[in-house]
Amino acid sequence: MNTAFEHPTYNYKVVRQFAIMTVVWGIIGMTLGVIIASQLVWPQLNLGLPWTSFGRLRPLHTNAVIFAFGGSALIGTSYYVVQRTCQVRLFSDKLAAFTFWGWQAVIVSAIVSLPMGYTTTKEYAELEWPINILIAVVWISYAAVFLMTIKKRTTSHIYVANWFYAAFILTIAVLHIVNNAAIPVTPMYSTSIYAGAIDAMVQWWYGHNAVGFFLTAGFLGMMYYFVPKQAERPVYSYRLSIVHFWALIMVYMWAGPHHLHYTALPNWTQSLGMVLSIILLAPSWGGMINGMMTLSGAWHKLRTDPTLRFLVVALSFYGMSTFEGPMMAVKTVNALSHYTDWTIGHVHAGALGWVAMITIGSMYHLIPRLFGRTEMHSVNLIAVHFWLATIGTVLYIASMWVNGIMQGLMWRAINPDGTLMYTFVEAVEASAPGYFVRLIGGLFWVTGMLFMAYNVYMTVKRREAISEQPAPQAA
Amino acid sequence: MDSGDFQGVVTLVLLIAFVGIIWWAYSKRRKPGFDEAANLPFADEEDEQPVRDKPAASQDTAESRQDKGDKNT
Repeated sequence: MNTAFEHPTYNYKVVRQFAIMTVVWGIIGMTLGVIIASQLVWPQLNLGLPWTSFGRLRPLHTNAVIFAFGGSALIGTSYYVVQRTCQVRLFSDKLAAFTFWGWQAVIVSAIVSLPMGYTTTKEYAELEWPINILIAVVWISYAAVFLMTIKKRTTSHIYVANWFYAAFILTIAVLHIVNNAAIPVTPMYSTSIYAGAIDAMVQWWYGHNAVGFFLTAGFLGMMYYFVPKQAERPVYSYRLSIVHFWALIMVYMWAGPHHLHYTALPNWTQSLGMVLSIILLAPSWGGMINGMMTLSGAWHKLRTDPTLRFLVVALSFYGMSTFEGPMMAVKTVNALSHYTDWTIGHVHAGALGWVAMITIGSMYHLIPRLFGRTEMHSVNLIAVHFWLATIGTVLYIASMWVNGIMQGLMWRAINPDGTLMYTFVEAVEASAPGYFVRLIGGLFWVTGMLFMAYNVYMTVKRREAISEQPAPQAA
Repeated sequence: MDSGDFQGVVTLVLLIAFVGIIWWAYSKRRKPGFDEAANLPFADEEDEQPVRDKPAASQDTAESRQDKGDKNT
């Protein structure tokens, strides 16, 4: 790559690296999802090998989509947004490059260690202690680059997107370090320093805030920059965005216990988690409305701009899953939904509908600008990708609703004499059609991502072709 | 003071903090600053297209940025 298009002020190199890897890890992570979805339809696809069994590939899928795809998108966009809204170059190019290579090293270690069976068994925190130390070092470097860039800004205000990004970075540092506190036993084995119900509570304090801060606050930062940018108008209400920020971060912290309803966790803790989960609806919808209303007076743009469509449909799915979440946190609803596929459907309504769609919309805005162009190679392909992603998400969540409610009802059905009406395996058998529909939804998603990869490749290639000619001197 | 009182006090403090944030965010004095902050994503647009693509495009987008639609002013 030559430097003809290097920005005079900003460090776009590290943003470009993260943006490209977002697409690459998106394809890998979602393909892994399709593989494990196929294994649930055809169990023979486990291949009878430990390394390819569902139990080892499933954490690899979640790590790849959350931390590799989502993480690259978050770090890359945050570096872009913080530079452009603070109007300064990143604090340190070297440290920024370290965060890129360090983060990729973390992902590669996950790809090696998880199929080999090394796991802490903590959901979304499966990686063993040496990798956790690397994550902590990279993350603290990331925090330093981001916060020091804000510190040396030339603008008087800190734009709201940076508040969300900063909250996400700081909270994830705390969550990661506290939840992974462990005593190393061997080079690839450790035990948690917490015991029993406390260990479970710490894990779900981490787990729910990984959703709340990694998958929500971080992506809201993305939303507050890229939605106004693509709609070409400032956010609907800056005041609401401030109330949104403080309310969201005050409430999210307390919602974790809803993952442990009807367990050994004290009952009052479960009820507290339930109540605060319900309260969480208010800030979530405040943010969604703020994003949506930014388009008021510009709705016609949706007709011609598939990138904006991605961003707005992401907000719709965000609104939907932040309604569904508090509802599922109600103990009586949870008695039906917990441990069923409904939970999986809910997670993917957020993960595909919100996280992936807001990321993809932002990437379609960002990538041409990083490579000296105004538009992606093909706008029509973005529209095709949009429909593939939307239909894929709907197939996924609808099939999991049906499966989840069916499983919940079958498990609790009781004969007049008090015995269970169905064996567990009967519920598994009844789930097969839903698993197949889910697989089709996943294939729609991976196909869409392949279109995106082609579109990105053509956009980058065109830029390199242009820059081979001598660039005119900037005035 | 038992733990119940403590929880009550914490709840009260958080409630006051929340009302305080709303009062601060919606006070008239903050309005000009917030308007400036809300426009930060557009503040460095001169170098939107650093090298080749036409620099004349900023006219029409600037117009739509002034028109804030239904913004609750």
